[in-house]
Amino acid sequence: MPTSDSIHASEFALKRLKKRHAKERRFKAFGLLAIGIAVMALFWLLSTVLGNGLNAFIQHDMTMDVELTESVLDPSGVRDPDELRKSNYRRIIQNSLYERFPDVTDRKAKRQLFDVISSSGAPNLIRQMVYNNPDLVGQTLTIRVPTSDDVDQLLKGNISRDVSEDRRKISDQQITWVDALVETGEIKSRFNTGFFTNTDSRDAELAGIGGSFIGSLMTLLVTACLAIPIGIGAAIWLDEFAPKNRFVDFIEININNLAAVPSIIFGVLGLAIFINFIGMPRSAPIVGGLVLGLRALPTVIIATRATLMAVPQSIRDGALSIGASHIQAVFHHKVPQAGPGILTGSIIAMAQALGETAPLLMIGMVNFNTEIPNGITDSATVLPVQIFMWAGNAERAWVEKTSAGIIVLLLVLLLINGFAIWLRNRLEKRW
Amino acid sequence: MKNILMTGLAATALVIAGCKGGDKVPAKASTKSETTKTATKRAEKAEIRVVGSSTVYPFSTKVAQEYKNKTGQNVVVESTGSGGGHKLFCEGTGATTPNMTNSSRRQKKSEFDKCGSNGVSDIIEVKVGFDGIVLANALDGTQMDLSSKQIFQAFAKEVPTSDTDCTLKANPYKKWSDIDASLPAATIEAYGPPPTSGTRDAFVEVAMEGGAKKFACLKDLRAQDKSAFKKVSHNIREDGKWIDAGENDNAIVNTLVNTPTALGIFGFSFLDQNGDKIKGANVDGIEPTFENIAAGDYAISRSLFFYIKKAHVADNPGIRDFALEFTADEAWGPGGYLEEIGLVPLPDAERAKYRAAVENLTPYSQ
Repeated sequence: MPTSDSIHASEFALKRLKKRHAKERRFKAFGLLAIGIAVMALFWLLSTVLGNGLNAFIQHDMTMDVELTESVLDPSGVRDPDELRKSNYRRIIQNSLYERFPDVTDRKAKRQLFDVISSSGAPNLIRQMVYNNPDLVGQTLTIRVPTSDDVDQLLKGNISRDVSEDRRKISDQQITWVDALVETGEIKSRFNTGFFTNTDSRDAELAGIGGSFIGSLMTLLVTACLAIPIGIGAAIWLDEFAPKNRFVDFIEININNLAAVPSIIFGVLGLAIFINFIGMPRSAPIVGGLVLGLRALPTVIIATRATLMAVPQSIRDGALSIGASHIQAVFHHKVPQAGPGILTGSIIAMAQALGETAPLLMIGMVNFNTEIPNGITDSATVLPVQIFMWAGNAERAWVEKTSAGIIVLLLVLLLINGFAIWLRNRLEKRW
Repeated sequence: MKNILMTGLAATALVIAGCKGGDKVPAKASTKSETTKTATKRAEKAEIRVVGSSTVYPFSTKVAQEYKNKTGQNVVVESTGSGGGHKLFCEGTGATTPNMTNSSRRQKKSEFDKCGSNGVSDIIEVKVGFDGIVLANALDGTQMDLSSKQIFQAFAKEVPTSDTDCTLKANPYKKWSDIDASLPAATIEAYGPPPTSGTRDAFVEVAMEGGAKKFACLKDLRAQDKSAFKKVSHNIREDGKWIDAGENDNAIVNTLVNTPTALGIFGFSFLDQNGDKIKGANVDGIEPTFENIAAGDYAISRSLFFYIKKAHVADNPGIRDFALEFTADEAWGPGGYLEEIGLVPLPDAERAKYRAAVENLTPYSQ
C-alpha cells in the first residue's frame, strides 16, 4: 500500500502528473482544431459550389410562335435539306419577335430585342427541325427557346438592376421587355434538362455536360480494361509467385514510387508513346483511357496486394495440406477471400481516374467539341476538363455552369465511393 | 464462402462486361445515329481540327458551333496557346496534324521556316481582328489614368535612374504616388497573367516596351542593342507588387472587387463582360473602349490570326468552308456575332483582303 508520501504522491510527482495531463489536453485540442479546420474548409467549398451552381439547374425560356416563311427559308421551293440548313433562321426568329413587339422600329432597339433570346440557340432549334422535316416550311410553330444568358442571369439576380445602364450587359429597355414577358408568362423558368443532354457550346445558355459525360464514360471503360485485369494479375504474381530476389524488390519499390509520380508525367508519356510513336488519334478516349489506366495501375496493384496480404496464411496452408496445387490454393481460396477488397480498391482507383485532368491536357482532350463521341477513337473531352474550360470563359453565366459541373462530378464521385464502401461493409470478412 | 466466391466472380464479370462494352460502344452508337438524318450525314464528313491561341479560342469556337449547325461537320478546337499551336501545325501534312492554328500574334519567321522544312509550305494567313489588353480596377476604386511610361515604371523589375542616366536600379516605387504625384497614394498591386500566357507576351511587348521607349536613354539603347533593351523592358518586378494570377481571369475579376486598390490585367472581353464590377484604366489618356481599340487609338492592343494548311483542303473541303464562315460579314464584320462576344473587327479593306485570300486559298510568305 503506498502511503500519502509515496513517490507517486510527492510534490514532484504531482507536478509531473499535471504536466502529463496538460500534454494530453493540448493534444486533444490540437486534434479538435485540425478536424475543425478540415470541416470548415469542406463546408466552405461545398457552400460556395452549391451557392454558385444550384441555380444552373434552372433555366428561363421563352415560348414564341414562329412562322416558317417559305420566301425566307426556301425561295426556290426545292426543299433540299442541305440547302435548307443554310437558310436565314435568324430572320424568322427576328420577324416573330418584331411581330410580338410591333412598336420596336429603331435598328438598335431591334438588335437589343433579338438579344433577349438565345441568338444562336433559337435559330438553330428551328434549323434542325426543318432539316429533319422539310415539310414544316410554310407552317407556324410554337416553340420554347432559351433566353439569352444575360436575361437568365438577370432573372436569377446575378446581374444587378441597380447599377447604371452602361455598366451592365443588359439595357433598361431590355429589362422592361423581359419583365413584360415574365408578366404574361411567356418567359418561364423550368428544370434545365439541356444541361445534361447538350454538348459544349460557346453560348452559356446552350452548354451542357452531355458530351463530356459520355467522353468520361468511354475513357473510364478503357481505363478499367487496362488497369483492373493487369493490376490484379500483377498483384497476385507479386504476392504469390514472384521469386524473392533483388529484381522483384526493385519492381516493388518502383510500383510504390509510381503511385506517387505527378499525373502530368503520365500525360507526357502518353503524348510521346501513344500519339507520336504509335500514331493514335489526338483527343480520343482510347488514348485518354490508356494514360489514365497507367496512372491507375499502381493504385490497383497496391490495393490488391494489401487485401491479399490480409488473408490469413492458414487458408492457403489448409488448401495446400489437403492436396490443392499452388495455383488452386491461390485462385480457389485466397483470391475469392480477398475479392471484396480488390473490388473496392479497383472502384476507388477508377473514381480517382474520373477526376483526373492534368495528364489529359497533354494529349489534346482539352478541346471544344460540339459532338457526342460515337466511339473510343472519336475526339472527346471529359467532365473535369469541361469544368476547367468553362472556368476560363468571360461571360457571367459560366460561373454557375462551372459550379454546376463540379456538383455533378462530386455527386458521381460520391456515388462511386459510396458504392465501394457499401460493398466493403457488406462483403468484407474480418479476421 | 459461397457469398465471397460470388463476389470474385462478379468482379471478373464486371471487368469483362466492361471491356466488351467498350468494343460495343461504336456499333451501338452508329445504329442509333441512323435514326436521325443529322447524325448519318455527320458521320460521312471528317472533322476539322483547329489548335492554338487561347485568346482566339472563344471566337474560333463560336464559329465552329455556327458552322456545325449549318453543315453538320464537327470542328474540334483545342486551346494550346499560340506557340504550342504553331508547333503542332508545323509538324507536317499528315492526317493526324491539325488543319488550322489560331494565333494571338503573327507567325514567327522561325515557325514559318520550320513549317516549310516539314513540308507545310502553302499556308494561308488570315488576320481576324483586334484584341485590347486592359488594366482594370474595381468600380468603386479611383479611376486610374496612366501613361505607358508610368506602366513601365510601376511594373519593371529595374528602372533607369533618370531620363538621361540609364544606370539601372531596382524598382523603388511602392505607391503610385511615388511615380507621379498626380496618381493616387495607394500601394502598387497588380494581378497579371503568368509568363506562359499570350496576354503576358502582348502586355510585355506592347505596354512595357512602349513605356520603356519613353526614356530617352533606353530608346538609344534600343537603337544600339535590341536584346539588351528587351532584357530591361521585358523584366517584370518580382517583389510582390506584380502577382502572377494564373490563367483564370474570372478569379482576377473577383479579387479586384474585393481589393479596390489592386489592378488586374487581362483581355478586353473580360472588361466588356464585367462592366458592372470593374472599370478600365485610361492609357495615355485613351479609354479602353471598343471604338478606341478598333480605331487603333488605345495603345495596348494586338492582332489575332489563324492559319490554314492548304495541303489539307483538297481532302477536306470543309476547311475552306469553315474559314469562309469565319470570314463572312455576319461573323467577323461590324455587328456580326463575333463582335457580340468581344472581337474588335478589322477595317473594311483588310477584311476584303483576307476574305479574298481564303476564297482563292492564296498562300502567304514572310
